[in-house]
Amino acid sequence: MALWQWLVDQYQSWQPVSGYLVHIVAITIPLFVCVAYLTLAERKIIGAMQVRMGPTRVGWKGLLQPWADMFKLMFKEIIIPSGSNKILFLIAPILSLAPAMAAWAVVPLDATTVLADVNAGLLYVLAVTSIGVYGVIIAGWASNSKYALLGALRSSAQIVSYEIAMGFALVGVLIAAGSMNLGDIIIAQAGNHGPFNWFWLPLLPLFVIYFISGVAETNRAPFDVAEGESEIVAGFHVEYSGMAFAVFFLAEYANMILISVLAAVMFLGGWLSPLQGWVSDATLATPYIGWILDDGFHWLLAKISIFLFLYLWFRATFPRYRYDQIMRLGWKVFIPITIVWIIVVGGMVLGHVGPWWDHPG
Amino acid sequence: MPEIRNYTLNFGPQHPAAHGVLRLVLEMDGEVIQRADPHVGLLHRATEKLAESKPYNQSIPYMDRLDYVSMMCNEHGYVLALERMLGIEPPERAQYIRVMFDEITRILNHLMWLGTHALDVGAMTMFLYCFREREDLMDMYEAVSGARMHASYYRPGGVYRDLPERMPQYGTTRYRGAAGMKRMNENRNGSLLDYIADFADRFPGYIDEYETLLTDNRIWKQRTVGIGVVSPERALQLGFTGPMLRGSGFAWDLRKKQPYEVYDKMVFDIPVGVNGDCYDRYLVRMEEMRQSNRIIRQCIEWLRKNPGPVMLEDHKLAPPKREEMKGDMEALIHHFKLFTEGYTLPAGEAYAAVEHPKGEFGVYLVSDGANKPYRLKIRAPGFAHLAAMHEMSQGHMLADVVAIIGTMDIVFGEIDR
Repeated sequence: MALWQWLVDQYQSWQPVSGYLVHIVAITIPLFVCVAYLTLAERKIIGAMQVRMGPTRVGWKGLLQPWADMFKLMFKEIIIPSGSNKILFLIAPILSLAPAMAAWAVVPLDATTVLADVNAGLLYVLAVTSIGVYGVIIAGWASNSKYALLGALRSSAQIVSYEIAMGFALVGVLIAAGSMNLGDIIIAQAGNHGPFNWFWLPLLPLFVIYFISGVAETNRAPFDVAEGESEIVAGFHVEYSGMAFAVFFLAEYANMILISVLAAVMFLGGWLSPLQGWVSDATLATPYIGWILDDGFHWLLAKISIFLFLYLWFRATFPRYRYDQIMRLGWKVFIPITIVWIIVVGGMVLGHVGPWWDHPG
Repeated sequence: MPEIRNYTLNFGPQHPAAHGVLRLVLEMDGEVIQRADPHVGLLHRATEKLAESKPYNQSIPYMDRLDYVSMMCNEHGYVLALERMLGIEPPERAQYIRVMFDEITRILNHLMWLGTHALDVGAMTMFLYCFREREDLMDMYEAVSGARMHASYYRPGGVYRDLPERMPQYGTTRYRGAAGMKRMNENRNGSLLDYIADFADRFPGYIDEYETLLTDNRIWKQRTVGIGVVSPERALQLGFTGPMLRGSGFAWDLRKKQPYEVYDKMVFDIPVGVNGDCYDRYLVRMEEMRQSNRIIRQCIEWLRKNPGPVMLEDHKLAPPKREEMKGDMEALIHHFKLFTEGYTLPAGEAYAAVEHPKGEFGVYLVSDGANKPYRLKIRAPGFAHLAAMHEMSQGHMLADVVAIIGTMDIVFGEIDR
């Protein structure tokens, strides 16, 4: 009891720092659990698509598999290759995981729940996620391996190119919402027409390009040239083992979740209910059913799941692009389309096209 | 100023796309291949030399292990050479069985090729789909010879035994109930021929399934069209055979050009490509699987109607029945002599070639009249194909090398021998 009292006292005397710390922990720990179970979901879903079962042996229906994997990787030796740059070699995984976590600071989880209600949230997200590529480049260079170096080269070129298409897609969102604050972007998509109020419809090309660029940004199939198993073995993390490898793995999956949540926030109305405007206020006031039908975090979760499923579906379906084809797609297809569509969006906003921009202000 | 140099990359032998033990020394300018130098020999097992110290029959299992994804076709080449030297011809039923299993083997090989080629290019799902069907084909092997891979089923003078009347069934396990068991044994209630017929009915649907995933897939086309182009003239000069040659537009198929066994009685088409690139070779092999399926159906039909012996009655070559050996002295002696000394071949030489799934698989046999070959030379199709590695991959990117290795359908068992 005394200990609890002491903790409460400390919490209060260190405000607001302690409050933030608690919030950060409250966001990151569930995020890590999500990442762990995303790996299981991937194995199960792709397994189902490939007429096999996926993990079934650890826990009920394999539900404890992520923990088994985690413990296995934790107890493995981290082999540091001779001739590698030790410090950079160990910093690299952290450098790729940290931004994926840090970006969550500005993501609104609910109408009121957000860690940092930053004005320039969109810019912050762009800036922070760009740091992630350093992890890959440094890992590839520090490993002192040719495969890793090739992977790092491919990855950096690819991420830099797709960042542009992605940035332009976000410019479209910025114009449409008139704000850089992610919470305001979601509120700008509120209305009485359910999912048709969201930005995916007027910004459809940008939405598609954003998500495809997101797949490329996270180095996932069919854009996984940076770790193309059959070409450069494992690419930039070929020399990593144990927990250092696990951190790269976590970073990849955390990035997938991040891209999905951003796509959901910017194009699918974040935590807005797809039934907005279609359900009467009386229904929304009823307990339980009303809570489910009303806006809330569960809708955000559902939207994230859709995108994550797409990620896995792509991986099970498509062959891998070649490195130069990825570049061509990025520079010659995506960037021109986004530029054209930014102008179209500008026209639509000025013309007060409904139901998105017909209300004054 | 530092000099700009090309980058040398050791691709394999421990590499996921090396298809076994290929060691490629790549000289690259960035991602572009300047020189590709395949190093072979890491799986050399001296098959040809080993055959020189063994009676003829005992070398048949070595043939299975040459190209270990198309086992019976290798045996066929060797057995055919022995039969030419002996001047014998197996009974017609044995010839039909051989043709049928040659085509089953062709599907087996092409499925392996399709799975690994697609996996190399990044389409992971394909691999598992192909292996689902391979499982059924392996069961056919097992039913007929007792072994899932290294069958040693073809023997000079016929085949080891007739097709079984009953297909083996799955037994109960802890993990699968009676309903699951019934479903798994559904197509195993009849004879082996019924099982093969059931497969032949299902298989075209599976190929359609594969084609929906790959044939019109833009990424697949981008990765294979225009990659590793070989002109028909060059393909001939390089000694290409099989789908590699047909992909370049040459309708050369030993099953039509030099028919052996009963291929002259079979109705089937030879697909040819136009551009000689990886995509055309892909299409050729896909169509070959359909044609093989067609041949299998014709064989099933004939085999159902025509029972008969599958082995010559000559006990100098074929072992007598177990039953006879118990009561008949001569049969016992025959058996003993056959399994210790084997038989002798007249002095001379013979070359026999079969249309192996990968190309022309030839066996050149020189005999000095003993019970062992004086010299055995194996012409493996993959060896000639691999020799074109540099030519096909020069100027392409690293990712294309993987696609080219895939399209060559190389297996090191036969290349290194």
